[in-house]
Amino acid sequence: MKNEWPLWEIFIRGQHGMSHRHVGSLHAPDAEMAIKNARDVYTRRNEGVSIWVVEANHIAASSPSDKGPLYEPSESKVYRHPTFFDIPEEVGAM
Amino acid sequence: MYAQMIKSEATQDDPEKLAAFQARIDAGEKIEPKDWMPEGYRKTLIRQIGQHAHSEIVGQLPEGNWITRAPTLERKAILLAKVQDEAGHGLYLYCAAETLGVSRDEITEMLLDGRMKYSSIFNYPTLNWADIGAVGWLVDGAAIMNQVPLQRTSFGPYSRAMIRICKEESFHQRQGYDAIRKMAEGTPEQKKMAQDALNRLWYPSLMMFGPSDKDSVHSAQSMAWKIKMNTNDELRQKFVDQTVPQAEYLGLTIPDPDLKWNEERGHYDYTDPDWSEFFDVIKGNGPCNVDRLAARNKAWDDGAWVRDGLLAHAKKKAARQHAAE
Ligand SMILES: [Fe+2]
Ligand SMILES: [Fe+2]
Repeated sequence: MKNEWPLWEIFIRGQHGMSHRHVGSLHAPDAEMAIKNARDVYTRRNEGVSIWVVEANHIAASSPSDKGPLYEPSESKVYRHPTFFDIPEEVGAM
Repeated sequence: MYAQMIKSEATQDDPEKLAAFQARIDAGEKIEPKDWMPEGYRKTLIRQIGQHAHSEIVGQLPEGNWITRAPTLERKAILLAKVQDEAGHGLYLYCAAETLGVSRDEITEMLLDGRMKYSSIFNYPTLNWADIGAVGWLVDGAAIMNQVPLQRTSFGPYSRAMIRICKEESFHQRQGYDAIRKMAEGTPEQKKMAQDALNRLWYPSLMMFGPSDKDSVHSAQSMAWKIKMNTNDELRQKFVDQTVPQAEYLGLTIPDPDLKWNEERGHYDYTDPDWSEFFDVIKGNGPCNVDRLAARNKAWDDGAWVRDGLLAHAKKKAARQHAAE
């Protein structure tokens, strides 16, 4: 039984104007079949207008232990948010 | 339930890591596949999600049995869509299990050779069309009881699979109730069939929640890990309380002479199923255990040339493309 079909990660655009979102995965022999299967498995109720499939072993992911070094530096940079600045009312909308 | 009597695996991990892990769960954080997790958590989840997935897949058999014999074209289309959903449920769950490091083939092999179980309910036959109504109403109804709280389970991929499944599940129960209502409101013979289906499927449905809490030894760890959200008896009681008025509306009688409303408890008192029958079915001696496993094995064996052929074709195509570049 060592002839397993590769695993594909499935991304679906739910509506026009939205970005593709990861919805799950499935096995398929190739990209074409992965798209066909994704249509049956993940869009039975009009959940999509477009499908992307990516073979799972082609996805590189950050490691959970990198959480600190990756994301903590931005915590101290409050000035990146517009609410950091007081704008006088007289100036109007900005 | 779809996953019955899941034994929690003991865990021998660093106590400090265990405490930090438990703190994450207590804080309501989701555990994702690449996060550190105790070995027992991983193994228990593989078993539970696997058994759940197998139940969705094997559960197609009793209903698929009636697709070609549905009474109208509309009922046939509805049943087909319902059974197709169950295939999807199985696939969502297999993928969730695979994120824990088990392969699809391994987990399939364990079903086919009997090392892994599926829900006891699917070892009962569907003898006629009324049974199809009763299955949607009672079996999917019982499944929903368990799946709704599992949307909040601690393991991210399992939780997300449950959310998808729950979105589709209420169609299943409604179409079943609608089908049996048609019969309950039909001719006296049809009503008799509806009652007979309820008589046969009532106790097997109650068994879906697993043994009584006093005999269910593996719950505490799973509940602490939030991979089991309620006790078996809690869910069974909820199911009985919800189902009795639905049966009353149909003019059908729950086959339990001792069933009655308990004002003090605010719940129905009911008779437990015959647990010796349940354990016997789990052991492989239910009316359909042999048929179900034989059907799954046949499907797997008969499909081998398709799996191999498509993979060979894909490899050839990829090689050709590679050579052309
Ligand atoms: Fe299902
Ligand atoms: Fe269902």
